[in-house]
Amino acid sequence: MTRYSIWSLARNALTWHENWPRYWRSPDPRPEYDVVVVGGGGHGLATAYYLAKEHGITNVAVVEKGWLGGGNTARNTTIVRSNYLFDESAALYELSLKLWEGLSRDLNLNVMLSQRGVLNLAHTLGDVRAGRRRAEANRLNGIDSHWLEPDEVAKVCPILNMSRSLRYPVLGSTWQPRGGVARHDAVAWGYARAADARGVDIIQNCEVTGINRNGDRVTGVETTRGTIRAKKVAVVTAGHSSVLAEMAGFRMPISSHPLQALVSEPIKPVLDCVVMSGAIHVYVSQSDKGELVIGAGIDSYNSYAQRGSFHVIEGQTAALVELFPMFSRLKMMRSWGGIVDTCPDASPIIGKTPVKGLYFNCGWGTGGFKATPGSGYVFAATVANDEPHPVAAPFALDRFTTGALVDEHGAAGVAH
Amino acid sequence: MTGPDRLRDGGLIDRTKPVTFTWNGRVLGGYEGDTLASALLANGVHLVARSFKYRRPRGILGHGTEEPNAMVQTGDGNRTEPNPKATVVPLVEGLRAKSVNTAKGGPESDPRAGMGMLSRFMPAGFYYKMFHGSQTMWQRVWEPIIRQAAGWGTCPTEPDPDTYDHMNLHCDVLVVGGGPAGIAAAREAAKSGARVVLADEQERFGGRLLDRPRNLDGLPGHGWADREVAALAEEAEVTLLPRTTVFGYYDHNLLCALERRTDHLAEAPSHVTRQRLWHIRARRVVLATGAHERPLVFADNDRPGIMLASAVAAYVHRWAVLPGREAVVFTNNDGAWEAAHLLKKAGAPAVTIIDSRPKVSDALKRDAEQAGITVKTGHAVTGTRGGKRVTAALVQPVNADGTRVNGPAQTLACDLIATSGGWSPVVHLFSQSRGTLTYDDTWACFRPGVAVQPQASVGACNGTFGLAETLAEAAEAGVEAARAAGFETAAPAPAPSVEAPEATPPVPLWLVPADTAPGRGGKWFVDFQNDTTAADILLAVREGFESVEHVKRYTLAGFGTDQGKTANINALAILAGTLGRPIPEVGTTTFRAPYTPVTFGAMAGRNLGDRLEPQRLTNIHDRHVALRAAFEDVGQWKRPWYYPKAGEDMHAAVARECKATRDSVGVLDASTLGKIDIQGPDAAEFLNRVYTNAWTKLAVGRVRYGIMCGEDGMVFDDGTTARIDENRYLMTTTTGGAAHVMDHLEEYLQTEWPDLRVRLTSVTEQWATVAVAGPKALEVVKRVCPDDAMAPADFPFLSWKTATAAGIPARIFRISFTGELQYEINVPWHHGADLWDAVMEAGKDFDITPYGTETMHVLRAEKGFIITGQETDGTQTPFDLGMDWIVSKKKPDFIGRRSLFRPDMQRPDRKQLVGLKPEDPKVVLPEGTQIVEPGALNRPPPVPMLGFVTSSYHSPALESGFALALIAGGRDRLGETVEAALPSGPVTVRLHDPVFYDAEGARRDG
Repeated sequence: MTRYSIWSLARNALTWHENWPRYWRSPDPRPEYDVVVVGGGGHGLATAYYLAKEHGITNVAVVEKGWLGGGNTARNTTIVRSNYLFDESAALYELSLKLWEGLSRDLNLNVMLSQRGVLNLAHTLGDVRAGRRRAEANRLNGIDSHWLEPDEVAKVCPILNMSRSLRYPVLGSTWQPRGGVARHDAVAWGYARAADARGVDIIQNCEVTGINRNGDRVTGVETTRGTIRAKKVAVVTAGHSSVLAEMAGFRMPISSHPLQALVSEPIKPVLDCVVMSGAIHVYVSQSDKGELVIGAGIDSYNSYAQRGSFHVIEGQTAALVELFPMFSRLKMMRSWGGIVDTCPDASPIIGKTPVKGLYFNCGWGTGGFKATPGSGYVFAATVANDEPHPVAAPFALDRFTTGALVDEHGAAGVAH
Repeated sequence: MTGPDRLRDGGLIDRTKPVTFTWNGRVLGGYEGDTLASALLANGVHLVARSFKYRRPRGILGHGTEEPNAMVQTGDGNRTEPNPKATVVPLVEGLRAKSVNTAKGGPESDPRAGMGMLSRFMPAGFYYKMFHGSQTMWQRVWEPIIRQAAGWGTCPTEPDPDTYDHMNLHCDVLVVGGGPAGIAAAREAAKSGARVVLADEQERFGGRLLDRPRNLDGLPGHGWADREVAALAEEAEVTLLPRTTVFGYYDHNLLCALERRTDHLAEAPSHVTRQRLWHIRARRVVLATGAHERPLVFADNDRPGIMLASAVAAYVHRWAVLPGREAVVFTNNDGAWEAAHLLKKAGAPAVTIIDSRPKVSDALKRDAEQAGITVKTGHAVTGTRGGKRVTAALVQPVNADGTRVNGPAQTLACDLIATSGGWSPVVHLFSQSRGTLTYDDTWACFRPGVAVQPQASVGACNGTFGLAETLAEAAEAGVEAARAAGFETAAPAPAPSVEAPEATPPVPLWLVPADTAPGRGGKWFVDFQNDTTAADILLAVREGFESVEHVKRYTLAGFGTDQGKTANINALAILAGTLGRPIPEVGTTTFRAPYTPVTFGAMAGRNLGDRLEPQRLTNIHDRHVALRAAFEDVGQWKRPWYYPKAGEDMHAAVARECKATRDSVGVLDASTLGKIDIQGPDAAEFLNRVYTNAWTKLAVGRVRYGIMCGEDGMVFDDGTTARIDENRYLMTTTTGGAAHVMDHLEEYLQTEWPDLRVRLTSVTEQWATVAVAGPKALEVVKRVCPDDAMAPADFPFLSWKTATAAGIPARIFRISFTGELQYEINVPWHHGADLWDAVMEAGKDFDITPYGTETMHVLRAEKGFIITGQETDGTQTPFDLGMDWIVSKKKPDFIGRRSLFRPDMQRPDRKQLVGLKPEDPKVVLPEGTQIVEPGALNRPPPVPMLGFVTSSYHSPALESGFALALIAGGRDRLGETVEAALPSGPVTVRLHDPVFYDAEGARRDG
């Protein structure tokens, strides 16, 4: 792999940048691999990378039906944080955040991780209770999250509307300074390049149309570019996980929904942290390019279409203007939609399936991007060892049979 | 005359109405009818911007929404707006505008102009290859530099003083675009009597008819448009929406449009909203959105004075501006020759046409030569000179397919280069509607292929470029749309006679060659706004980014506020050329809403402040206000939180309210609890399935408490349900959960159990509820209901009866959330305040004390009563809450039953509801505090947590702080001590039964 650095950039400038190598090769699929990873998004590519790096398994193909990172990796609002409530989730997302913090160096590519801090605002007494509880649990789990009173929130984000006359005034917030945003596309490209350098075959425009089995053991996949045999198949196809599960002959407790996001026109820096509000329901950050990146909740109906309804983004924009009245005259430049696979307990499914040698990593709902490195790391270990990584173990599919749910809908309940 | 480059006559400006405006601090003049761009050009101002990455001087390229360069900041103070395009900003008296992202004085000088010299080190994606060694350096040094350099205009610093609104409209035919095609379609559709909407982004209808000389029916284009639109305005069922951009095409023919209502006025009337967002549901849609001209991509094609040929024509014809005197028109098609003629006619002394095609028609050539225009075919502009304005074009012969130069360059002095690479139909809305595009080899453009929604594309947006053909196609589509919408139609009227040049296709030239290859010398700009060059695209391909989406993301082409209207087709054609694949195989990126940017304020409309969510108030609200209650938001409701008396803080008020209720009598407005009227022969069976306990034997007149679980077996809501009649029940829910419960029940009724004969009606706002609680409650209720037997002996706990309360027909329930003797009096909603007054009056002798939610919480917590959403967070079973008794072991099924008996639900180490008592009675633990084993905090994180505090208060009755908590295996550990992990350090607490007060329940009956 040609190392990227300011020196290689200068050197290549001398030759008019005509000698840069490809980020990744574009091989034809071989007839057989040790592991086929289905899905060339961030999680799938990270899985392939860590299979090669951590477990020495390099006879690996990543097959992607379209272009790399073209699913939710390209469609999210790029927020990274680890301030989850339950121990199981906190361990997973904190592992991920730690990997994020070394990722640019590890991949030799700047993924533009920007740890600007994340506010999760509380607007009701119930929110305050839940927020404090989460911050306290985080603290004991060694996560840098703490509770801010309203005057402290105003210091972190001076442009936030702190008026007591707000329909739902800001009563406080959790604050995770190490949270932030990253450049989503670069994450996919960085993992692809690094995995490719370790021998992984990355095969785009190769759609899986069937999962081959011999009895209860997986033998490979059918694709639009022919049959590929594999000892193990790792499926990471957010948005279509239930479709792939059906190909393998079992059902997933997943429902798929559209999730929309939008950006404003670029403006000079005005917002220096990530602000999330569950109650008024919007989240926003400002990218390095100057765009406000804005997201909120899912469209309520089930759909595999990467588009949603306009009233949903009208609602989140109203929430935005409520929290930031000075944003009113800014303009939406672009909106888009992705498909999120949601689980009944709002936690992912990582691990083995009823089919031997077939593994699934799915159900990340609206929160998958932040988990990319950690997800790939624990999934690679699970696939490599045919045994759940300890951090992945609580997220096994059989929790829906045993009842050991990790319900991160959290304390978002109701007050009497 | 305003400005040196304003023509003496002509144009569609109103010369009787001069307008003064300020540009970068300079006071300039224009006319009504000008845009900011046309007025600037009339004043000889070409340099309006600096490019984002290389800080190159930039001028006005286009004359409409396609403009990539000329973004400005308009207005001052709280009415400032970042980033509108000068080409669409109407010129109004007193307009103040300035360049964005430039030095203070404007774009004339730029302290960062040196960035251009570093451009060699800044190819596409250079930032991915650098700054990865140290997160600290990236975030402290490099990222702030990038952030400061990026961004265009500045955000206002104050709230927006203007208002916005939404409008919903149903129509039969929506015609998008008010050019010749749209007008013709609307005219024909309207004849049938259909409800027709015609929307156009400009103030004036006419589209391209306004931009160049055309004659229809012997009238100039704008005159014909005026006549036809005036006729449309006469039609009762026609709605004309000028200044309205249809920006989004959603499912089921829902289109969204933004109407600009005041920005074109010097003084906006205060009663008019600034912008209006239309939701238009149309039976049929006719898209007549026109086409955008695309520039040719040649070396250094971005200097001020390099413009689209169509824009040059429009500035001359429509705005009477001469944008240059020594003009070069560089084209690959016939259409752009018109710009040369217009320039010449307007008095430009030197006009040269450089046409990359080896041959053009003799007539074209002859006309040009007769007009005194120099013509060079088989040549191309292969470079430019100049700084703040273009000063020369390098002209070279090119081979027949335009891939190589084959001769030396010649320098041609000029101050204007008008360029045209052909036209791209505006297929944005069609594509948004999920229609598939097809590539038209003849016209070298994408145009609509297979439609998915009921719509038709007509005119240039359909790849029909001739005016006569457009009018015929549009008229047919107008008739067909009305017919398909169910109206009787006749054949279209004869088309108007048309005088217009024949439309002919271009000979594609996607990348203009030069002596050096792109990347080795000049810059071939593809996306002006993002400083994306052809070399960037070549680099992207070289590095393996072969998908058009990857190239877009890697090079940023198409990511600007213009969303690549001039860039995208060139980018993908260059990509296709590099890959050696045909253009249609490479495909386009996805067209996404909005077509042009949409103001956030307009999207929010009036749904702000108190309208963000409805604010629900009880009938008794005024009384609480009079009592100076502090309010708490519970769901959408405003509930009294506590009632502070003079000098009291919350703690003192709550202590007083608690004591009064325990010692005498308190009163609570309980109207907000959700109430659902359940009727039908299967109502009992229904309740049996939705609650965990048994309901079939509940007698009429009796009340029972129930818990509802989700399918996962987790507690979801709780409340009491009374049997009103044989087939009728009244269910209560939590205040915040009422709507969710209603949805949940309806979903089961409609999707799982359609066989059950049950109907649900929300009656939350039909009944006002006043709860009277405390040892003196009976005394009060007796006075309120003198005619009814209220004593516990006659009116047992968990029963209800009708009565007359303060003369009002009432339902009274003997239930208690305080543990005290309690009556909940329900009267019709609008009598709520009367009842409250009567209760207050009746309680005077007992010093009756209103209490709020906080006191309610303390009193119920002392009794160990849960609040769903506080003691529960969706992960507690009834067993976890110590309520095994409420889960029927006999019923065959209920929602959540299967889940409740999964192995994990039976684990002894699940978190269970317990009480906590701090060793120090003065301590009140913060809610949310985590509980750990003694000594656990001495070890580094992660610290194992046993559970957490769900509710915590000071209890006047116990004279101590106390709490409820969920603790792993807690029920078996009552009496043991554990530690509460406060940030300040551990506090020792003892596990306690969750019932702290009156464990035997003696107070319930007074």
